[in-house]
Amino acid sequence: MSSSYQARFKVWRGDTGGGDLTDFTVEVNEGEVVLDIIHRLQATQAPDLAVRWNCKAGKCGSCSAEINGRPRLMCMTRMSVFDREETITVTPLRAFPVVRDLVTDVGFNYDKARQVPSFVPPEGLLPGEYRMMQEDVDRAQEFRKCIECFLCQDTCHVVRDHEENKPAFAGPRFLMRVAELDMHPLDAAADTGLDRKRTAQDEHGLGYCNITKCCTEVCPEGIKITDNALIPLKERAVDRKYDPLVWLGSKIRRRSSAG
Amino acid sequence: MSVVDHQEWDVVVVGAGGAGLRAAVEARERGARTAVICKSLFGKAHTVMAEGGIAAAMGNVNMGDNWQVHFRDTLRGGKFLNQWRMAELHAQEAPDRVWELETWGALFDRTKDGRISQRNFGGHEYPRLAHVGDRTGLELIRTLQQKIVSLQQEDHRETGDYESRLKVFQECTVTRILKDGSRVSGVFAYERETGRFFVLRAPAVVIATGGIGKSFKVTSNSWEYTGDGHALALLAGAPLLNMEFVQFHPTGMVWPPSVKGILVTESVRGDGGVLRNSEGKRFMFDYIPDVFKEKYAESEDEGDRWYEDPDHNRRPPELLPRDEVARAINAEVKAGRGSPHGGVFLDVSTRMPAEVIKRRLPSMYHQFKELADVDITAEAMEVGPTCHYVMGGIAVDSDTAAARGVPGLFAAGEVAGGMHGSNRLGGNSLSDLLVFGRRAGLHAAAYAAELSSRPVVDDTQVDSAAAEALRPFSAEGQTADSEAGRPPENPYTLHQELQQAMNDLVGIIRRDGEMREALERLADLRVRARRAGVEGHRQFNPGWHLSLDLRNMLLVSECVARAALERTESRGGHTREDHPSMEREWRRINLLCSLTDPTDGLAATDPVRGQITLTRETTEPVRPDLLALFEKEELVKYLTEEELYE
Repeated sequence: MSSSYQARFKVWRGDTGGGDLTDFTVEVNEGEVVLDIIHRLQATQAPDLAVRWNCKAGKCGSCSAEINGRPRLMCMTRMSVFDREETITVTPLRAFPVVRDLVTDVGFNYDKARQVPSFVPPEGLLPGEYRMMQEDVDRAQEFRKCIECFLCQDTCHVVRDHEENKPAFAGPRFLMRVAELDMHPLDAAADTGLDRKRTAQDEHGLGYCNITKCCTEVCPEGIKITDNALIPLKERAVDRKYDPLVWLGSKIRRRSSAG
Repeated sequence: MSVVDHQEWDVVVVGAGGAGLRAAVEARERGARTAVICKSLFGKAHTVMAEGGIAAAMGNVNMGDNWQVHFRDTLRGGKFLNQWRMAELHAQEAPDRVWELETWGALFDRTKDGRISQRNFGGHEYPRLAHVGDRTGLELIRTLQQKIVSLQQEDHRETGDYESRLKVFQECTVTRILKDGSRVSGVFAYERETGRFFVLRAPAVVIATGGIGKSFKVTSNSWEYTGDGHALALLAGAPLLNMEFVQFHPTGMVWPPSVKGILVTESVRGDGGVLRNSEGKRFMFDYIPDVFKEKYAESEDEGDRWYEDPDHNRRPPELLPRDEVARAINAEVKAGRGSPHGGVFLDVSTRMPAEVIKRRLPSMYHQFKELADVDITAEAMEVGPTCHYVMGGIAVDSDTAAARGVPGLFAAGEVAGGMHGSNRLGGNSLSDLLVFGRRAGLHAAAYAAELSSRPVVDDTQVDSAAAEALRPFSAEGQTADSEAGRPPENPYTLHQELQQAMNDLVGIIRRDGEMREALERLADLRVRARRAGVEGHRQFNPGWHLSLDLRNMLLVSECVARAALERTESRGGHTREDHPSMEREWRRINLLCSLTDPTDGLAATDPVRGQITLTRETTEPVRPDLLALFEKEELVKYLTEEELYE
């Protein structure tokens, strides 16, 4: 098998005023990822093609885009998953306003981050005196693997095509942040009168989530956002018998864990 | 000329990695109105790539550990070239900096009794690295980011504005430090998104921009690592220290080509992974240098026993400091005993059960599976050296992090020199960021508060900074230089040529003639970079951004090449084939790089003269009580006779 070939790409180019898909034919070599191809386009055909990237190793969450319509990290999408004849379409994240080409304004996420009250250190414990058992931090650590690529925020249909829901809905990433703090063994928010479970429902829009697990499916870190963060938060947030979705969620979860 | 937006702040921090964010937290908590400027989005800095851990002598796993042992390891790792007072402060303060992160919400892996767990790492005598699996850098960044958000929430409650006292200008690039006489007066920057210029006026600026790896072809560093802070300091008149010391991490991925250089964490070896050549031999036993002979195992059996019983066995040589391991791998490959893709084998699959590997090294498992189709629980990885870290950097005062010669300028983290001497130990970077980030923020805030009059921004400096930044748009048809009429240069091509030259000629093994050739190529690139031209407009234009970054990479690369040519010995991250041994006389010598023509030397094209002037400086003797932490037999390997008698 020859290692090099010419691939067909369609890349969205434009800005706030609009834009369109542009066709490119570009060389692909063995082992490359979509981000390598975008870089080759920059270096050889389109020097001003705007794209965010940083670590190129799936650790920083900068190079999020939609590849053939699916939200993915460009640095972790290998060219070998596509047929050589296939035209590969790369577009910016749909849920956020375009700045230019593949770069979107992700400010929504930074605004939402500010609305989640921070960790509250426990009174009377000095630095160095914190004691926590590994099994008690495992779950919150899972959520802290999040690289803030915002793919879950992009794919979540509560906001994906419903701009009007954005003010009231924090999105999976920041609901998971609430869950993380709620499960932190030493978070003392409750001592200050802050009920994180209730605020998830009342202030961060947990009720909008109808656990379709789209967020979990696109998470490049494999975090079980729905099962491990959102459903437990829902279970704690409201009395179970009044929320049919929680009932449904627990059924789904049981089934998937059995299978 | 251009009308540029001005804002007034007390402290401006350039860079939002671990050091920059820790500096910003400290400055804000000390009452300074603080602005942070970063090239990427907030929370994406290169610090997220740090995998192994934060070195801090907390003694949670082995009670024998304390700051003196950590200090000793750091000096050994740096081959005694370290600015010893920095190494002392670092070892003393690192535990407090780690514990403080827990009070901001960090969740480290735990010991059985609920303390912060600590892991083994190359060059550290005891298990010392606080960690979260192999994603410690992400935890550090996220914790600091969330601490900044919590301070902004406090400010919002008091003032109604999240950004009244602490603001992050994300996706902005600083191109010049502005000065009022000798003092700092602010920074000139552009917004990447719009291309709009702006000035932040401030009496104190903390540079925390990280490293220079993007000047090399094979590197673990991200696009941001273009030596911006190093160049900003040089241009502002502050010297750089010991730029010849560049760390090549022994284990980067070597295949497939597109991921060549991406880091494979040292934790793989810390947790039991071994290096083998194509003959299946654990070759590191053949590469233990004399200075470390007593500290490392002589047989595989002893090395293997050490993981369970470190008090009665010596550590395996896979855990020698990084410079030693990188050179050994290089030598094995050169001798024809490499792996199919030009590296050596790093194996954990035969050393631990698959489940343990997935739990302790989850991102490595993921990285190899996704990017190379290699299952590290079932087969060995192929690894080879990759440019990882620069030990050299802005010359700073050990206690205050103040840059030399420019009042109001501070530097912390990788961009600052001195702390790590000629070679950095793994884990000592994250702790360095926290210890000196805090100190830089503290002293910058104090400096700003004590000033009786605020420095004034000079409009002509702003205008010339704007003109410099716009130059790539008018590259075609220039008449100002003798190259008029020639087509503009592609900045991407220039960058690739620069990376190739540095990789081939000033890389892991250096030779006199090659470095001279590098200086000539750099001179040629410097001329061509003046014609680097871009298409399009200023809105989020990566070609333009790269054209501006080239100035910095060319300056820094010249520093590395010139200092490396000057230092005729081999030590740590500087290996000369033509001067293979470490010379005790050189231990006391620091090489300082400064701009040859401080008025505006960037037009200098003469390869011999270049843009950088080197000066030698003799270092201050190590304080006697710190020297007393070592055995005399060890000191004689590093110090000259006269130093020993003093």
